[in-house]
Parts: sequence; structure tokens; C-alpha cells
Amino acid sequence: MKPTDIKNPEYFHKVVDCQYACPSHTPVPQYIRLIAAERYSEAYMVNWESNVFPGVLGRTCDRPCEPACRRGRVEEKPVAICRLKRVAADNKDEVKQYMPAGPFAPNGKKIALIGGGPASLTVARDLSPLGYEIHLFDEHKKGGGMMRSQIPSFRLPEEVLDEEVGYILDMGVHTHFNKYVSSLKEIIEDGYNAIFVGTGAPRGRDLASLPGRQEGKSNIHIGIEWLASVAFEHIHKIGKKVIVLGGGNTAMDCCRTARRMGGEEVKVIVRSPFTEMKASPWEIEDAIHEDIPILENHVPKEFVIENGKLKGMLFDKVHAVYDEDGKRSLVPTAEPPVFVEADDVLVAIGQENSFPWIERDLGLEFDKWNMPVVDKTTHQSTVSHIFFGGDAAFGPKNIITSVAQGHAAAVSIDLFCSGEDVHVRPSPVTNLVSQKMGIHEWSYDNYISNDFRFVVPQADKSITLKNLKKEVELGFDVESAFKEAQRCLNCDVQTVFDFKRCIECDACMDICPTSCITFTTNGDESDLRTRLKAPSNNINQDLYVSEALPTTRVMVKDEDMCLHCGLCAERCPTAAWDMQKFSYITSKPGYSWQAV
Amino acid sequence: MTYLRPTFKHPDLPKNSLGYTFKDYEGGLSTLCAGCGHDSISAAIVEACFRQNIAPHKVAKLSGIGCSSKTPTYFLGNSHGFNSVHGRMPSVATGASLVNQDLMYFGVSGDGDSASIGMGQFVHAVRRNINMVYIVMNNGCYGLTKGQDSATADVGSKSKAGSVNIFQPIDFAGLALELGAGFVAQSFSGDKTQLIPLIEAAMNYKGFAFINVISPCVTFNNNVGSTKAYDYVRQHIDATGTIDFVPTHNEIVADYKEGTQTNIKMHDGSYLQFNKLDTDWNPLERDSSFAALQKARNSQEILTGLIYFEQNPTDLNTMLNTTNEKPLHQFSANELSPGSAKLAEVNDDFR
Repeated sequence: MKPTDIKNPEYFHKVVDCQYACPSHTPVPQYIRLIAAERYSEAYMVNWESNVFPGVLGRTCDRPCEPACRRGRVEEKPVAICRLKRVAADNKDEVKQYMPAGPFAPNGKKIALIGGGPASLTVARDLSPLGYEIHLFDEHKKGGGMMRSQIPSFRLPEEVLDEEVGYILDMGVHTHFNKYVSSLKEIIEDGYNAIFVGTGAPRGRDLASLPGRQEGKSNIHIGIEWLASVAFEHIHKIGKKVIVLGGGNTAMDCCRTARRMGGEEVKVIVRSPFTEMKASPWEIEDAIHEDIPILENHVPKEFVIENGKLKGMLFDKVHAVYDEDGKRSLVPTAEPPVFVEADDVLVAIGQENSFPWIERDLGLEFDKWNMPVVDKTTHQSTVSHIFFGGDAAFGPKNIITSVAQGHAAAVSIDLFCSGEDVHVRPSPVTNLVSQKMGIHEWSYDNYISNDFRFVVPQADKSITLKNLKKEVELGFDVESAFKEAQRCLNCDVQTVFDFKRCIECDACMDICPTSCITFTTNGDESDLRTRLKAPSNNINQDLYVSEALPTTRVMVKDEDMCLHCGLCAERCPTAAWDMQKFSYITSKPGYSWQAV
Repeated sequence: MTYLRPTFKHPDLPKNSLGYTFKDYEGGLSTLCAGCGHDSISAAIVEACFRQNIAPHKVAKLSGIGCSSKTPTYFLGNSHGFNSVHGRMPSVATGASLVNQDLMYFGVSGDGDSASIGMGQFVHAVRRNINMVYIVMNNGCYGLTKGQDSATADVGSKSKAGSVNIFQPIDFAGLALELGAGFVAQSFSGDKTQLIPLIEAAMNYKGFAFINVISPCVTFNNNVGSTKAYDYVRQHIDATGTIDFVPTHNEIVADYKEGTQTNIKMHDGSYLQFNKLDTDWNPLERDSSFAALQKARNSQEILTGLIYFEQNPTDLNTMLNTTNEKPLHQFSANELSPGSAKLAEVNDDFR
């Protein structure tokens, strides 16, 4: 193999699994160390810079970082990254003093943001301090988008959302609430320098053709619409027996909300096998904990109506069959249809984009799925000053993805308004600094904790089920937060190897607790992987290969299981190994010409 | 500061026939200097024991005093150990091997422990042919007392402080050969590919198996001008050949040039597959081995690999005809302490 080019920041970026997996590349180990040091405000700001909504995401994030976490490979479970983020938000002091404070000198450019969700708010936050005049339009009375309308308050207290939306709006954003934009043309005619569309995926899928749908419509609700009505306090109760259709996170929110709105027998019914449900495992767990059974392999057949009133639903039972390519088909089992009684049915089987308000003669191209044609990197549409982000751009994903797309779109908008090429993306801001303090001393805590993942305590369900607004999760207390933080392996503190100093004493290879390091003759990657000290089967993790050493051998380090404990560097007599903290911050608008 | 080693290990480590990974043969975290050759030798012993599928409780580690003699703490943490008086490890080894022949004995010593204070003990251990693996971690200096020249420092070798050694070195391999050792090898701590099979072979050898391992003292004897520095050794090393240890059940597959490969049969039926690099020398003949050592010395080269191998080994217990003796630890309390009547009987014998 060729020697690894560690000058390319993408190499070490990939080693920090959590940060790499995070769509907005939050420097996770950095803020976890700050939490361990009880520096909550700083931990919060590290988050705020990258993901804009630490308090919200600390409760509701889809946490792509956690399955990626190296700890989950070394032992059973990853670090509770998401809930540690919440600790920073819960325990911070006044943080507004660290945020850019207006009024900002106007730069004369005017931007319209359509939709007040996470993507638009991110654009607003990134662009406001640069002097842009931001106009934000939303049909609801408050900002937050789906974070407000679809996430129930027992998972995300309203005051947390209000606070974090407030930080952004207080930067001088011109808000136009209770204003449904019904025509993009009108907005264009208002002469904005750029327009950002962050309207999400607002249409919940329905079972319009299922028998009985029309007759039972007063008791059949679309999940996300129903959740929004609950959030804005338009409805206050539901029947005693409730069926929730669908196996995603919206379905989990629906069933748990229904339990708090008077639903006594709430059932989640899914078409697929239980193991293939789309909802996050922890949300399924929480639903089951609230006595909500989940019926698998039931395909809706019809709504049963008696005397013009919904009585329940009929389901066909199926089982999953997989072909050679692993493609699933649901095959009927030939059992008689199953009847499930219900007073109300919530349909939470997915959501989709919908742009009835965009005129099709504006030059804005739509593809065959009726989605706008949007560049994946620049988020620019076929009309050069109109940008899309969040669920509106590429379909429903999650909050953190919307935030990442908001950042990317903000960069594009800023480049566009400055007359620059939006395709020339600014580089990330990176740094690599030695952590050496003394012979066996590092400026990070390299002790490896043996603790298993700590569980976040929850309020008793006898209380939570009676109060829609009572937050279920109580969050880590400071003590368990410290212990959980200590489980982090500090993957951003990189093992950096200088082949010129190496005397090939093998000390690093002998000491490495997880047998990551091997000195051997070079070969191609597939060959090298068979000759390492420990099996090297995870090909998603890179091999760090040095230049040839005096004995013609090379140092090969399999990044997969590295604990970043620093023992290689402590054992190295010539400091050929060093532990160096790698920071990687994605560029935000204004960074490229600003000294950071 | 880390003197705590994380307990996590690679989850997919291979296991040997006893179900152990090599981690199960490790010991405590070394307190030797970073980069010490001794740590590398410890790691080689760990790997050799892992490959040999030896049950840790079937091994005893014996040592004297010195940096080298500290190492038994750092390998085979689940084995027996005895850290004896300076230079007196051979006495303990002699006693142990006589009273319990079921254990495998690793004697670990250094150039000070074996060539200075313990020289008298070392030579007798060789001539008595104790069934053990005797490893000298040879760095040519007294590392524990800040690097004075030891008895194995070469003439002309320069110390870290700049003084040049004027005395003749003691040549461990030559000495062991002279005194009749049946298995004599030399190696280098920085060459595990060679060292590990040598240790494996030594473990399977019935009789005194001696390995002199050049092990640079990274703190006091790794300077320019030292003949035991990493760089010097790498430049002057001359391997006699390569060996592979082939366990009994494996078929021997020869893939070397004809005439250079010898398969040496061990007493238990396993083989040493020996590939000679130097054709005018035969490791099965003592004279030839002497000549090879002398030749290397004249040309200032360090001969490594298997130097001499006696094909019909014997050991102390065989010579004393005590091979059927019951291990001491299997005696009952009554047998060990037969009471005053028996004592009176014994005493009567002396009257």
C-alpha cells in the first residue's frame, strides 16, 4: 500500500467515527470532554456551532453517531452521545453572551426563507451575523417546523424548543408567522437576492382507497396532522381504543400521544416483521414500556364501519419471504382476516413532499417524482437564486440532516450573493495539535473506563401518562453524565506516526491493548489485512501505513479497534508516535476569509 | 499518567487449542524504559507460549536481579514465578526441576546476572544440563545502575558517557557450547520472526536450551559507538538461517532449495525445519558451530539463529535416574512429615 497521506484532513476525519457519521460533523469527543470537565456552556457552544439545536437534538436526534461509535465495536454499546448533549444543554449557564449579537451591519442583501423548520432556521443563524436581511415565513404561529408540530412535548418540552428557536430569531430575523406562502411567484416578485425553501415533507400518506376510509373519516386521522393539532392544542382527546398504523418514529409518537389523550387500549399495527420496523429502537422500547402492544405482519384490509361509525379494522396476516437478493415480499398466510376493534385510527405510514404552492412555469424543474431538481452539494435549484434544504430538498430524513443541509445551503447562498461560484466549496477548518504534557502525561484523560453504558432515568409512567407535557426522560444527573462521558475513547486524539524517528523496537506493537499495530513487509491492502497481528475484517476502517522503515518493513495500524489510549506513544522511546488532537469544523458562511 | 493498561482486547483475537488468546499469556504492565528490548523478548515469550498451547499453570518463571529479571512480572501472569537472589536463579531452577518435572521452566537472566555475579551459577546450570529454557537478555551494560559496561560489552564499544570498553567480552554462546549445552541459539530482540520459533523450539527441547538475545538498552546503551545499539545490531547481524517449529501433527512441506534445508526431529516427534543460509557450517556438529561463532567474531558480525543442536539430548533427571520421581507437591502431609518415630529411626541410622 502507499503510505497514508495524513495531510489530507479526510483521513483523520474518518477516524473520528461519530463526527464523521454526524451529517453536520459535530465534534463529538470535544464536547464530551468538556462535559466531563463540567464546562457545560462551552460544550453547548461546540454543539451550537455545528448543530444549532443542542437541547432539541439532545432529546430527539436520530443519532447516526451512536451506531458508528467505536466503543460499540470494542464492547457492546456505544457512548450515549445524544443524551450527553442534553446534559450540556440542561446544565449550561447563560450562553447568549457567546453567540453573535446584533444588530449586524447590513450588507444590503435580502433573503427569504420559506418554512420555519430546522433547515431554514440554520440558514437564518448562519447568514444573519453576516448582515443579511432575513425574512422567514411559516404557516404556524411559532417557528420550529416539524420540531414543534410533530414531536410531542413529553419528548421535547416546548420551552427548550422556544429557547433555541429564540436564539436565532433574536438575531434580527424578520418573521412572518401565520403566513402560508401560497405562491412562490409572489415571493420571487418581492425581489429577494436569494430564496431558501425549507418547507419539509408536509403531506402524510393516507390509505385513501381502503374500503371504509370515506365513511369513517371523522375517526381516521393522518398521523402528522393529528400530532400538529395536538401540539397547537386544537384537539384534546381521542377514543379509548386506538389503532396506530405504521412502524416509524411518527407512529411511535402517535401511539404515545394517544395514551396521554385518553387512549386506554392503543395498538401499533405494522405490515412488516417487528425486526424491520423503521422506528429507532429506543422509541419502540419507550412505546412498549407504556403498555402499547405492537402487532407485526398485519396488512390493513378495510375499515369496518357499522351504522356510519368506525368499529375497527380488518387485517390480512402475512409473513415475510426474502428472495436471493434479500428483497422482501409479504406473502399472505391464508389465515382468516383479523379484526381489531377501534374508536380511532391514526395513519402514520410515512410522509411525502408536496409543492402545490410552487408554480410550474417559473423555470424551476421538477423530476418524474415531482421533486424539485436540486444539486446535492450546493442545494441550488434550476433557478440560480432559489435553494432547497431539509426534507423539502431530498425527501424526509431527520433534524440533524436538515441542519447539515441548512449549513450547506447557507454557504451556497453566501457565495451566490457575493458573486462567487457556488460549486467551489470552502475547505473545512482543521488543526492537529500534540497533546503531550510530559513523559506519561497528556492533556486529555487517556484512562479507558470499563463502565457499561448508563441508562437515562425516566419519570414514572403513572405520572407521565397523565400529563401530555411532562417530559418522560429525566436526563443524566451530573454524576452519571461524568461516568458516561468517561466511556468516550477520544477518537479525535489521533495516533500520529513519524517514520523517520522509528527505531523499530516493537514497543508499540507489544503494548497495544487491542493489537492494532503491526510491523511487517508491505503488500496490497487485501494481503496486508491477512498479515496483521489481529484479524482485520472491518474493511470500512482504514489501515494507516507508514513509509518504508530501515528494515524495509512498514508500520501498519488498523484503525478499527484503536482505543486512543496513547500507550503506543507512551511506550515509544523516540516519540515517533504522538497523540495529536484533530479538529475538523465544516466551513460555515464567512469562514473562508475569516481567521479562525 | 498511564500505568494502567486498558482491559479491552480485540474481540476477534484467534484462540489456541486451549481456548486462550495471546492476551491470556500476558503479564502486568512493564515498568521498564519505553523501547527496552526486554519488553520485546517478553512479547516473544508470550507469543511462543500461546502458539505452543501451553497451559499457563504448567509454566514456572525464574529469575534473579536486574532489568531482565524483572520481566517475568510482565509475561505469563497466570504462571508460577520465583524472583531469586542476584545471580542465584540457576540454583532455584536446579531444585525446582528436580522436585517437579511436570513444569516447564523459563529461566530469565541478564548479562550482569549471568555473566558477572551469577557466572558461577550459570556455568554449573549448563554442565548439569537442567531441563529448562535459559534466556539471557543481553544488553552489554548495567541498565539498572545507569549503564556501566557489563562483562558482555565488546572491546571498543563506547558507552553513552563516551568511555570505551577495554576488556574482553564473555561470549555466552561460546561458553554454553564449551560446557556442553545441547541447544544453543542467539537472537535479537528486534527480530521476532526469528526469536519466536527459537523459543518454541527451546520449549520443546529436553535438556538445557540456551538463548542469548541481544537486547538494546534504549536508555544507556543505544548510542553511536555501542555494539549493542539497535542500529549497530541491525547492521552487523548475520543470521545462520531460519527455523520454523513444526508441531508433531503437521506434515512437513519443503519449499527450500535442496541441500539447504534440514528437518531436525525433536524427541516428542515434532520437527524443526531449519533452513541454512551459510552452507559451510553444520549446526548439528559442535566443532562446526564453534568455528562459525569464531568466524563471525573475527569479522565483527553477530551470528544469530540456531547455533548448535544436540540430536540426542539428555537432562539432569535422566542423568540422575530420577525421571520417575513423584513431584514434591503431590506428597501428602504424612509423607512429608512422617512423625517422631520415623525421625528416631533416621537418627538411629547415623549413630
